[in-house]
Amino acid sequence: MAEERKELIKLESGEAEQPFRWSAGVYGSKFLTELRDNKRFVGVRCPRCGKVYVPPRNVCGPCFVELTELVPVSDEGEIITFTVVSFGFVDPSTGKQKPVPYGYAVIKLDGVDTYILHYLDETDPQKIRVGARVKAVFEEERTGSMLDVRHFTLLDR
Amino acid sequence: MEPVAVVGVGMTAMRRERREDGYADLVYEAVRLALEDAGMTIDQVDNVVTVSNDFFDGRTISSMAVQDACGSYDKNVSTVEGDGTFGAFYGLMRILSGSFGTTLVCAHHKGSESVMPLITNAMFEPVYERFLGAEAVTSSALQARAYMDKFGVTEEECALVSVKNHGNAFRNPLAQLPLELTVEEVMSSPYVAEPLKVLDCCPISDGASAVILASAEVAEKITSKPVWVKGVAHCCDAYHLGDRDLSDARALRDAARRAYSMAGISDPRREIDLVELYDAFSYMELMWLEGLGFCGPGEGGKLTASGATAPEGEIPVNPSGGCLSGHPVLVAGLNRIIECVLQISGEAGERQVDGVRTAVAHGINGPCGQSHCVWVLGGEK
Repeated sequence: MAEERKELIKLESGEAEQPFRWSAGVYGSKFLTELRDNKRFVGVRCPRCGKVYVPPRNVCGPCFVELTELVPVSDEGEIITFTVVSFGFVDPSTGKQKPVPYGYAVIKLDGVDTYILHYLDETDPQKIRVGARVKAVFEEERTGSMLDVRHFTLLDR
Repeated sequence: MEPVAVVGVGMTAMRRERREDGYADLVYEAVRLALEDAGMTIDQVDNVVTVSNDFFDGRTISSMAVQDACGSYDKNVSTVEGDGTFGAFYGLMRILSGSFGTTLVCAHHKGSESVMPLITNAMFEPVYERFLGAEAVTSSALQARAYMDKFGVTEEECALVSVKNHGNAFRNPLAQLPLELTVEEVMSSPYVAEPLKVLDCCPISDGASAVILASAEVAEKITSKPVWVKGVAHCCDAYHLGDRDLSDARALRDAARRAYSMAGISDPRREIDLVELYDAFSYMELMWLEGLGFCGPGEGGKLTASGATAPEGEIPVNPSGGCLSGHPVLVAGLNRIIECVLQISGEAGERQVDGVRTAVAHGINGPCGQSHCVWVLGGEK
């Protein structure tokens, strides 16, 4: 009798999706509509420690007090840290694969005490440095999302 | 703290794909090994903590899907979604509550069944951070750059960690990626996300592990060689990546300080004989060594270059090969605890380091080491 062939089966999950609708909240909605309608960033200031948060949220974690004072902040800032990403994957939130390589940075906007993540318009790591000045470049068509900012551009080239 | 001991440990081999095993099969293997090691039967296990992640497993309440495999059927079972060091912490607390004499903690992971960047992308805040494609590798690259820039740490110093840990893996039959490497080979491997290169990054792995914890009263009846929990603590940094100074592992310093204080350790470099820490990326070993107090800020590279962290060095770090040589997520931290237990009991086989009396195990949870759990383990009660 022929030896039985060992077969190991795997099942595919297929095209099924788990869609979500995340609420941005009142401050988050204000932040995103300001990006969309006025190409402006807004933050929120802590009444106790004075720290300005972007994106805005309801509570200062370290002070554990409610935040109520929305403040306009700059669309310019500096690079805190960066990378140039060489691998791509299909982002589930956009369904698109971003062409590689792309610059990616942690950015401190002027007047803000926290950082945001965003893309850079430079892909040569030798031309990017921590502390470099950057400015937001907005999309023509904006929908109320972080992607309304196309990327940050390096100011001192 | 009332004395609690680790009385049994079990690890499966870590492999890129354990195709023949579903994750419950891996859990059963690890639990069986831990019971054998402890000389116990499943009936002697009072309660169970399972560790898993629903996204990785592709099902909700994944922790309850291993009931048969971990013998929790008809027992009190609870679950942790996070690294195994945190699961073991919860298991320890259940004993300290006085309600249980023994806790079985098991963790499983099959990285082969999903798409890793999609899963790690999903740990990020969905409105502001996830949209921009943040995931484990890109966020770690940002942290590596922040740390290296602040202290002038070089890519070559990070590469030394990869060379050491992949080399150590040759003495660990359970490791996935023993590699004979030179710094030049690490340096010339392609960039994934600058400054991280392929050989700075952990692999994707399948695996499971289990530990059995027991109160002193039970432990001393079960085994002649219990390994005691001398100190343990965890601490968590902010959730938003942009709220953190990625170059500063302050949550680790806090967790280490409290764990050492509990263990009565004032000079970790002198009093600790061996470290197993969570080196998901080569730079992490340097950062975590500093956070654990084995050298000053920015000095991890020099410590590594001196040979002090080699198996024959003054303070061996990851003689098992570490996460760089096998990284089943969640399981990886539990494996750090298990490796320390094996070293203290003198049962670490070819990777045994001489004279290990006190060892530190370390696990992380969340991107870029958002939270850290530090265990001090020792042979003396």
